[in-house]
Amino acid sequence: MLRIDGITAGYGAVTVLRDLSFQAAPGQVTCIMGRNGAGKSTLMKAIMGLVPVQSGQILLNGQPIHTLPAHQIPKRGIAYVPQGRRLFGPLTVAENIEIGLMARNTGPDRREFVLTLFPRLRERLDQVASTLSGGEQQMLAIARALCLDPAVLLLDEPTEGLQPSMIGLIRDVVLRLRDAGLATVLVEQRVDAVLRMADRVAFMAHGRVEAEVQRAELAPESSLFQRFVGV
Amino acid sequence: MKVWALHLAVVAALFALQFVLPPYHATNLARIMVLAVFAMGYNIAFGYTGLLSLGHAVFFAAGMFGMGLPVWHLDWTALPALITGLAAGGLVAGAVGLLALRTAGVSFMIVTLMFAQAGYLLLLYFGAVTGGDEGFVVETSSRSVFGWNLSEDGPRYVAALTLFAAALLSCLWLVRSPFGRVMVAMRENEDRSRMLGYNPFRVKLIALVMSGLYAGAAGAVYGLLFGYVGATFATIQYSILPMLYVLLGGAGTVLGPLLGAAVVFYLIDITSAFTDAYFFVVGASLVALVLFAPKGILGTIRERVAAWLP
Repeated sequence: MLRIDGITAGYGAVTVLRDLSFQAAPGQVTCIMGRNGAGKSTLMKAIMGLVPVQSGQILLNGQPIHTLPAHQIPKRGIAYVPQGRRLFGPLTVAENIEIGLMARNTGPDRREFVLTLFPRLRERLDQVASTLSGGEQQMLAIARALCLDPAVLLLDEPTEGLQPSMIGLIRDVVLRLRDAGLATVLVEQRVDAVLRMADRVAFMAHGRVEAEVQRAELAPESSLFQRFVGV
Repeated sequence: MKVWALHLAVVAALFALQFVLPPYHATNLARIMVLAVFAMGYNIAFGYTGLLSLGHAVFFAAGMFGMGLPVWHLDWTALPALITGLAAGGLVAGAVGLLALRTAGVSFMIVTLMFAQAGYLLLLYFGAVTGGDEGFVVETSSRSVFGWNLSEDGPRYVAALTLFAAALLSCLWLVRSPFGRVMVAMRENEDRSRMLGYNPFRVKLIALVMSGLYAGAAGAVYGLLFGYVGATFATIQYSILPMLYVLLGGAGTVLGPLLGAAVVFYLIDITSAFTDAYFFVVGASLVALVLFAPKGILGTIRERVAAWLP
């Protein structure tokens, strides 16, 4: 369980997140929606220790993680796939996966698990990552994060710029991971994707979670989408 | 397999060249091989880990003086002196890294440059011990290893080749090892590597120490093979030269440093016969390279025809 209690965070003198509280439970996909500048990506970075938390706390299974150096947080069981994928371009698919496996000393079973989730990557193990298609790069970014065997997975707009078939593939993987008990936090702007994947939706504005609802309470035409996303 | 075969073939070709080349060029090639080891060290830091240093002269000089001073003052024999030279390169790199790696990018360049300049000035300040501006000669009698007199052409060439082969093959092993992949990951995206659980400071410090070990070994062997140890080798010129070798040969390629060292060495050798402004020619070559082949000679070959090259 990832729990965020009233954090305030930002870049230097600029405060982006204000008294923000939020939680992500195992076996659930929690989607975060909000307009540009609402603080969605900053929230992800604050969880990962990339943006300093000025007050409040972030707890993973009851243990504070906001005081840890950033490189220690993945080792506690949180994996992050940032917007824009950020692969190690000159390395092959196999090497990118290997780097993920080495980081937390996860072994061949984990490698087999991610390659079973993404069979297309198995066909391209020797291909240099920068030459993959956008969708394949996103698969590799998620696969590499899953090599850490995380308890919590943070995905920042994973379907951005992808063709519909790829979006469907990634959606299926997210749902399989949910069924396997992973707590997933998904920043997403596409209403249809949110409605298909989310168990809960948190709407952000001005650095706060302003509304939080169960998926079952949301209809495609909900006024919350209009109010917080503008669609 | 193909990769190891290529690198072993290069070593074999270099071994054979000593029987073909005239003595002048054989001596040049011995010098190039030692300088290539220096450049390999630079390549580990810059080409593979992304640490653009302007202070590698201090690691080279640490190796050279680490070998030379015990021989000069304490009458040590060559072999233990070589080991102290190697250790000195690594230790100085570790000490510099502990402070300099708290910075990044341009700041890292400037801090490493400052350390190198401080090292150079220390060598001059303690001239009574280090030989100051004039340096000192390593006596021929002190330049024997296993009964081989390294001041003679044949043993000198073999010694240079031995160092080069060890450096080349260990470098190839390193960059293909899991840690080598992590170095590249760090170069490509430090934040992303951190998000996978790697400590950038630790990875970069290890890479810099390894880089210093190569530079220190090169400095120690250079002093021993060519019989002179001097503060000149701690000047900024010796920080820029390995960078030129690596940029010209191909940053992040294992054989690039050898290629770059050979090209720059002969470029200087040939043009200095015509003009004192030979560095102008080297600079112009570098500008041309940046314009037409920014990944260096081997980097361009790798990109266009041989993607398997490490």
